[in-house]
Amino acid sequence: MTHDCRTLRGSVAIVGVAESDEMGKLPDKSSLQLHMEATRNALDDAGLKKSDVDAVFTSGRNMAADVPEYLGIRPRFVDGTQVGGCSFILHVEHAMAAINAGLCEVALITHGESGYSRIAMPAPRWGDDSTNNQFELPYGTSGPATGYGFLATRHMHEYGTTSEQLAEVAVATRKWAMLNPKAMMRDPITIDDVLGSRLIAWPFHLLDCCLVTDAGGAVIVTSAERARDLPKPPVYVLGTGECTTHQMVSQMPSYNRWDAAVVAGKRAFEMSGVQHADIDVAQFYDAFTIVPMLALEALGFCKAGESGAFVSGQRTAPGGDFPMNTNGGGLSYTHTGMYGIFTLIEAVRQLRGECGARQVKDAKIGICHGTGGVWSAAATMIASTEL
Amino acid sequence: MANTYTGPVPKPTPETKPFWDATKQHTLRIQRCGDCAQHYFYPRPLCPHCLSRNVEWVDCSGRGRLHTFVINYRPPRNFPVQQPFIIGIVELEEGARILTNIVGVEADPKQLRCDMPVEVVFEDITDTITLPKFRPVAV
Repeated sequence: MTHDCRTLRGSVAIVGVAESDEMGKLPDKSSLQLHMEATRNALDDAGLKKSDVDAVFTSGRNMAADVPEYLGIRPRFVDGTQVGGCSFILHVEHAMAAINAGLCEVALITHGESGYSRIAMPAPRWGDDSTNNQFELPYGTSGPATGYGFLATRHMHEYGTTSEQLAEVAVATRKWAMLNPKAMMRDPITIDDVLGSRLIAWPFHLLDCCLVTDAGGAVIVTSAERARDLPKPPVYVLGTGECTTHQMVSQMPSYNRWDAAVVAGKRAFEMSGVQHADIDVAQFYDAFTIVPMLALEALGFCKAGESGAFVSGQRTAPGGDFPMNTNGGGLSYTHTGMYGIFTLIEAVRQLRGECGARQVKDAKIGICHGTGGVWSAAATMIASTEL
Repeated sequence: MANTYTGPVPKPTPETKPFWDATKQHTLRIQRCGDCAQHYFYPRPLCPHCLSRNVEWVDCSGRGRLHTFVINYRPPRNFPVQQPFIIGIVELEEGARILTNIVGVEADPKQLRCDMPVEVVFEDITDTITLPKFRPVAV
């Protein structure tokens, strides 16, 4: 039997989205509490009860069984796929597959992370004999900041991309954050501010790097049929894609492009039948300023090497012709450590028209795209309130 | 020496021990697949390109090019180097890539260039572990 992924188009919808009660620096809340608050709020948003949930999708340092236990849910389908921050975007694809297979009906995708305060966060540690501790950590890598920079340096070398162009992303994203009351960083910044902020890992300055916060987020997915009976307009999932290429950045297949994103984006566009020009609003995981730029190239919004020119002139800012990261992104709104869930939340709010001062006018089709690990994984979702 | 090094120290596994035994002798030794003829790194008993078991250990020339790099201004806690330092991806002459430090040059982007030629040097960090690092080749 052969399957055509296009039959999945519009088969499920996102019906509830929410963050935790508070976001930012929360020294009194554990990572699991942040899961619980977001789940409660997303169920309220969906008009559903906890007893309606029969599937849990989660990721992070906890075991997949920890979260349902804390929430008091006994899922008949559970998925703890962990490929880094975009895991929750992959979970949409996995939930779509499981719902279509008849294995579950109402899927909770949940994230909670005490990324800043580190309350009840299992310690991150590679064993002494792990490949990471043998072949990367001895050279003084400092997590994502060093690994993500390799592509910025190579892109600058091959295509003449500049630090000013990277800074354009940080400045445009801050302008969106200024319109979002939930964003952590809401003071205006200039390109000179970005270039003048201290170096973290050249070529990244402090303001090229995402925040580190405490927050939770949750998303409820169900069949299109059931979604139509719920109070808010369903946001139909039109296309999805995913890919992983490596875990250690030193095993990345190429350093001038984002190979995993090419694969993920290709399927999402094929499944959806959507053309690039039809996309009204984009939520591209911005762990560092270079990341959404390489997403633009990998997903086909511009050619290889052209993302620097693409983002110039504040094209992605409010009023620009490519509204991107309209919540203020990981750079200025929130970034717990695994930001992917927040791309989904903002895409749904934009498509429902709930975004107030930052609402993109007549937003009909949205795209989410995320990175996981150190360019290791990629996941894409295209969605719309219209089928 | 073994008691004073404060950075992460690799602990070899059976599959990686031949690599670390070689660096201890100041030799860069990686694997090559006898079937698909590609060199690869890090060490694995089967070829990651074609899953062949027909793999052999071969000595590298130690020469390569700096494919890309960053300059880390925030060294990890307890890392022995506390000023900015260079982390690079070196493409070996044999084709495989390795993450390493670039030494013997100022940690200044003006002193570095993608694709510049580099060569291996060895740093004995403990009595048993030696890290391969790379330095620019004078042209």
